[in-house]
Amino acid sequence: MTHFGSLRMEKVSRSFGRFRALRELDLEIEGGEFIALLGPSGCGKSTALNCLAGLLPLTGGAITVDGERIDNVPPERRGFGMVFQNYALFPHLSVHDNVAFGLKMARVPKAERNLRVAQALALVHLAEHARKRPGQLSGGQQQRVAIARAVVLEPRLVLMDEPLSNLDAALRLEMRTEIRRLHQRLGLTTVYVTHDQEEALSLADRLVVLRDGTTQQIGTPEEVYGSPANRYVAGFMGYRNMLDVTVTTGAGAGGDGGRTRVDLADGRLAGTRRDGAPDAGDAVAAVRPEDLDVAAAAGAADSGTDGLDFAVPATVEVVEYHGRELAVQGRLSDGQRVHFRTRTRLAPDDAVELTAPPERVLVFPREEAGAPDPPPRRPAAGETPDPKASEAVAP
Amino acid sequence: MAGTTGNVDTRDPLAPDGAAAGPHGGEEPARRRRFGRPVTWVTVLVFGLFFVNLAGVIGVPLVDSFGSRWFTTWLPEGWTTKWYGEAWDEFALGQVFWATALVSLLVVLLSVAIGVPAAYALARRSFPGKKLVLLLFLLPILAPPMTYGIPLATVLYKFHLAGSFTGVVLANLVPSVPFVVLTMTPFIEQIDPRIEAAARMCGAKTTAIFLRILAPLLVPGILAASVLVLVRTVGMFELTFLTAGPESQTLVVALYYAMFSAGIRTQQSIDAMAVMYMFSMLVLLVIALRFVNPTQLVTRVKEEQTEK
Amino acid sequence: MSADAREGRPALRHRLAERGVDRTTMLVLPGVAFLLVLFCYPFVYGLQLSFQPAEGGGPFANYRTFFEDPYLRETIWLTLRLAVPAALINCLAAVPVAFRTRGVFRGRRLVMTLLVMPITLGTVLTAQGLLGYLGANGWFNKILTGIGIIDQPLGLVHNYWGVLASLVISGFPFSYLLTLSYLTGIDPSLERAAATLGASRRQRFRHVLLPLLAPGLAITFCLSFVLAFAVFPSAQLVGDPRGSTHVISIEAYEAAFQQFDYPMGSAIAMIMAAVMLVVVALVLTWRSLLYRGATGGKG
Repeated sequence: MTHFGSLRMEKVSRSFGRFRALRELDLEIEGGEFIALLGPSGCGKSTALNCLAGLLPLTGGAITVDGERIDNVPPERRGFGMVFQNYALFPHLSVHDNVAFGLKMARVPKAERNLRVAQALALVHLAEHARKRPGQLSGGQQQRVAIARAVVLEPRLVLMDEPLSNLDAALRLEMRTEIRRLHQRLGLTTVYVTHDQEEALSLADRLVVLRDGTTQQIGTPEEVYGSPANRYVAGFMGYRNMLDVTVTTGAGAGGDGGRTRVDLADGRLAGTRRDGAPDAGDAVAAVRPEDLDVAAAAGAADSGTDGLDFAVPATVEVVEYHGRELAVQGRLSDGQRVHFRTRTRLAPDDAVELTAPPERVLVFPREEAGAPDPPPRRPAAGETPDPKASEAVAP
Repeated sequence: MAGTTGNVDTRDPLAPDGAAAGPHGGEEPARRRRFGRPVTWVTVLVFGLFFVNLAGVIGVPLVDSFGSRWFTTWLPEGWTTKWYGEAWDEFALGQVFWATALVSLLVVLLSVAIGVPAAYALARRSFPGKKLVLLLFLLPILAPPMTYGIPLATVLYKFHLAGSFTGVVLANLVPSVPFVVLTMTPFIEQIDPRIEAAARMCGAKTTAIFLRILAPLLVPGILAASVLVLVRTVGMFELTFLTAGPESQTLVVALYYAMFSAGIRTQQSIDAMAVMYMFSMLVLLVIALRFVNPTQLVTRVKEEQTEK
Repeated sequence: MSADAREGRPALRHRLAERGVDRTTMLVLPGVAFLLVLFCYPFVYGLQLSFQPAEGGGPFANYRTFFEDPYLRETIWLTLRLAVPAALINCLAAVPVAFRTRGVFRGRRLVMTLLVMPITLGTVLTAQGLLGYLGANGWFNKILTGIGIIDQPLGLVHNYWGVLASLVISGFPFSYLLTLSYLTGIDPSLERAAATLGASRRQRFRHVLLPLLAPGLAITFCLSFVLAFAVFPSAQLVGDPRGSTHVISIEAYEAAFQQFDYPMGSAIAMIMAAVMLVVVALVLTWRSLLYRGATGGKG
């Protein structure tokens, strides 16, 4: 297997006319790593992948493999494999011939070719479908043919462009595991593009979060999930509540690290200050719905917040039943919406007190240079309790 | 009339059979039989008149070409096939058929050779002035051949190309090249460009991509376009008429000249020739219909939309 | 594919590629060049030639001759008298028929094939058939006298009616198929939505389908008209080419290729194109005035 030590992308940029799809991406990929490029559509992640593949020429920057420039090498000579979103199988060739195509191009002798195709198809559990045409296969099977076609050449880098987005939810989970298994077994360096944060977190060794063509954060899943670099990354990582707050330093749980106290809507919370957050004044507190706990329910509202040091009063507006728990939308006294999860029975118009662990309340500066609102997450990912969320409320 | 003004249609407009067959599919058969709607009457009348007259128009030369003598009766007095032999000799149809075949095949080959690459570029790239180029390809199809045929023939005469095979082929290419372009562009658009990217990622160079990936995928489209161009060229009267010399007349032009000098020819042998032309066109039409929808001969109707 | 990314400023080839101009785009060139030479150039050449009359008399002599000679001037009127009714008949007959047959029905393919036949067979064969069918002893007159509608056979060939019949036979399928394609392009759920809002069938047609269909109908009318205006073989064969069907294309053809007065032929061809453009422009202007803001029938 041909491995490289490291692949460097230095200030890689790509514009389409005036539109700058990708701005100065710096990334170093170690041999064997699994990297996920994450962001909503239009963030430049697919542009980055196509630049890496050579399907799009760069408008700036350089790509080197072990010190050797490759950004002016045509895609067919880079020795990378690629899996496309819509599979892009050759419709006129059988499954076997699809997988064999690259080997044929590389002039691999027939006997070896057949052996390697058979191995690759066995790897993706498709040995018995070798004679079929792609049109006769299901979506998941087609995707596995595409993966086999990409890995049969044992490329030094595998590029995957949203390979699971055309599959239904159940199949997506199954294929996710499959891709992880293949990566562990073959150890192929992989760059994986997705808009699904769950997919990125569960597959990748490191994540690159992109937005409007600029890199927001590069880090391990734990880093990106636990300590997002900014409001935007936080929003993308499931911090659905972005509450306008006022920072009041010195008070509250102060002392260690970036702990601070924030006031909002007749209440207060203890939080952790992130980069650029002010010592005092207006800021934004990002909290995941599953990190907000209901401290006191109905009746407690009369007594205000006197009973608790750090709590925010809210009124329940909409309650959705989600099986093990309820997803609740409430409103703070100053009109801000707040989302939380609870196992307490609640009904609309109930008054509640909300609390959250200080390390799960992230305080960001209110204004970020030209920052639009965080992108809406896919409803399926946002509304179904993800594993981490259910753990939080499990008995 | 089922839906008089103000009489609200109470049937569920989203009934499954209604959805399959358009808004009228949900009509109960009994109701339809009792109150045939005016639209249905008009349809039956228009189609009926049209097809009856069409049958007459096609039937008369057919019957006449096999009749011995036919003046005022419904059908000829006797039957014979001698007119076909006479027509063949009288109008030198061997030469005419040869010219027709040669012209049509050359037009098909050349229009595919010029049109398919252009269609590929139009399907895959958007570039400044693309709308103008599309208009340029649309005009020769929409404009009647007689309008541009006269200036075109004048130019061909100026360069001494008219009156020869070259002139006839060149003139017939003017509507055929755009026709191939406009048929092939949507066909190529539905071939995913990522299939070509995938081949490239598998290490295929441009020639390999063309030979192993594009060519096999394009064959059905090229066949359909070729058959359509063939039918249109064999049936093309105006352009061939304006540019052909005595040696390069196609069948339809020879038929026109025979009819134009009808006084000195036997009517039946002209009819025999018309039937031979009709028969060749029908053979081509049957072949064409194996590849394409009948409506594609005229417009690019999306049949799938209505059949879904 | 390789980009010269080493320098700060991208190479010209790259900047062109960004706008969509690269080697693939160049594939369009043979086709464009071909049409420029054999479609555009003849028009320019013809236009320029029409201003160089064979017999002198200033650049506009050909046009003056055309409009001063009543026999020539008449051709415009005679052609319009054929083309406008033919286009109207074809479009008006096409709408209800297309409306009724837009769904799936048994024998659809057969009907389509039969409809396509007259177009495939062409005007020359249609003319030949019409001569026999509509003639004094033809089946058409025999049927009418047989039923007792008429006593004397109608004179239907070698006059206006023969040409009109030929224009309808070959023009109707064309406008029908075009109308059908516009009609099927209208989202059927729009009509169902109107039905749920309480619109009767007639109201749905009048207030939903017709406005959506109008732009398509205008185009259909234009194309049918243009096709009929260029009538040539049937005017010669089933018409009265020296009299009531002395259409403009006959005059253009005879001037250019029988009298070999190419400048005059070109001038008449230009007049022919100009009349078509005027009518098409009128129809399209009328459409845009009537139905401003209506979305096209093509979905």
